[in-house]
Amino acid sequence: MEFIQSIDWMQLLRCFIVGGIICIIGQVLIDKTKLTPARILVIFVTTGAILGGLGIYKYLIDFAGCGATVPLTGFGANLAKGAIQEVQSSGLLGAFTGGVKASAGGISAAIIFGYIASLIAKPKIKKQ
Amino acid sequence: MKRIGTQSIMFDNPPTILETSSIVGPKESQGPLAKYFDQCLEDEFWGEKTWEKAESKIIKENVNAVIAKSGIPATDIDFCFAGDLLNQCISSSFGLREINMPFFGVFGACSTFVESMCLGSVFIEGGGASNVLCATSSHFCSAEKQFRFPLELGNQRPPTSQWTVTGSGAAILSANGKGPYITCITPGKIVDMGIKDANNMGAAMAPAALDTLITHFRDTGRKPSYYDAIITGDLGYIGKDILSELAETKGYNIKNNYNDCGVLMFDKEKQDTHSGGSGCACIGTVFSGYFFQELKAKKINRILLIATGALMNSMSSQQGETIPGIAHAISIENELPSIKN
Repeated sequence: MEFIQSIDWMQLLRCFIVGGIICIIGQVLIDKTKLTPARILVIFVTTGAILGGLGIYKYLIDFAGCGATVPLTGFGANLAKGAIQEVQSSGLLGAFTGGVKASAGGISAAIIFGYIASLIAKPKIKKQ
Repeated sequence: MKRIGTQSIMFDNPPTILETSSIVGPKESQGPLAKYFDQCLEDEFWGEKTWEKAESKIIKENVNAVIAKSGIPATDIDFCFAGDLLNQCISSSFGLREINMPFFGVFGACSTFVESMCLGSVFIEGGGASNVLCATSSHFCSAEKQFRFPLELGNQRPPTSQWTVTGSGAAILSANGKGPYITCITPGKIVDMGIKDANNMGAAMAPAALDTLITHFRDTGRKPSYYDAIITGDLGYIGKDILSELAETKGYNIKNNYNDCGVLMFDKEKQDTHSGGSGCACIGTVFSGYFFQELKAKKINRILLIATGALMNSMSSQQGETIPGIAHAISIENELPSIKN
């Protein structure tokens, strides 16, 4: 009960709405433009990195939490944030190392879990 | 045979389509034409380890089936024309490597089935063969991997995209038979109207279909009403509408007897394939299954079969090239035309 009482429902709602809006943008791009899914993913990461670099994206993260960090734009913002911090702490080389360091957890997890999934699952035909 | 007009050939002794056979995958088996196909698979792997191996098995088993149905021994079949969508046509060449028959690999993208029948019928008419085997296959999963994205990526298909038919169509053409006859062929030209989207093939191929359609009517002097059915291969919903409208602006009203195999193959509401079916096996199976039976039962007697193909590959798409389309037409009739041109 304590756990349920401790949930900030407004935070959940903000998270859902912001995350949902980001996904809607992706869906509209798939349906209404000729952009391939791969290009849309790259656009999301780049947009996130630019917004993160300009210091705008962090307001979205403060507002929506995981609603802003989980979508790919959050990954882009994280890359930019890591690079900036590393430059401040250890100089210009940090621009090359900081981004990957900051997102190392996500990248490694994607590779490891992707590998495990490939061992136990077989690709199937789509439903539609 | 006689060349008529700019690019059609009229046969003096038209070859007969002796027998056809079709195998389709699980999704096609749930479609409205399921009962017309010879074999419906429940699993897109069909017991194989990969989709490519499954596709090879499908064409191999279908070729065996059509030979068995025809009742003529395999040794009496003089040549085999076959092709598919995978790089270097490996489904056909791997699937048919044990067939022990002179083999022509044909690539015309989704127009391969009719292209094979064009070539096969000229071989027969020219006296070079008595019986010819024409076969083709495609597989949704291997085609997605080849032309778009691997299924493992799990990306969404846009609304204009079409569903590659899993299956194989095969036909045996013969110099001896009582029809249905291939009376005339109109091989098409490459037409490129500048469509770049590999997910909108119907629009890319429709102008090629129009060119072949009009050329066929002009060369033969026939009108659209001459045919009980005018059937294109895989233009899908979008391409079908485009062709219908374009034909009307050129003075050919095909609205009454025109349909598309990509539209016929799946149920639009229940099976949401977006813009319909596509692939070599689309016209291959719909003709071999549905239309051949309709011809045999004399429910339709004259059909103009126009197979459409998009002659692109994944590399050309990545380099931003436009998609060249092609369409080949054959006229299939139960009775021989009384007046020969």
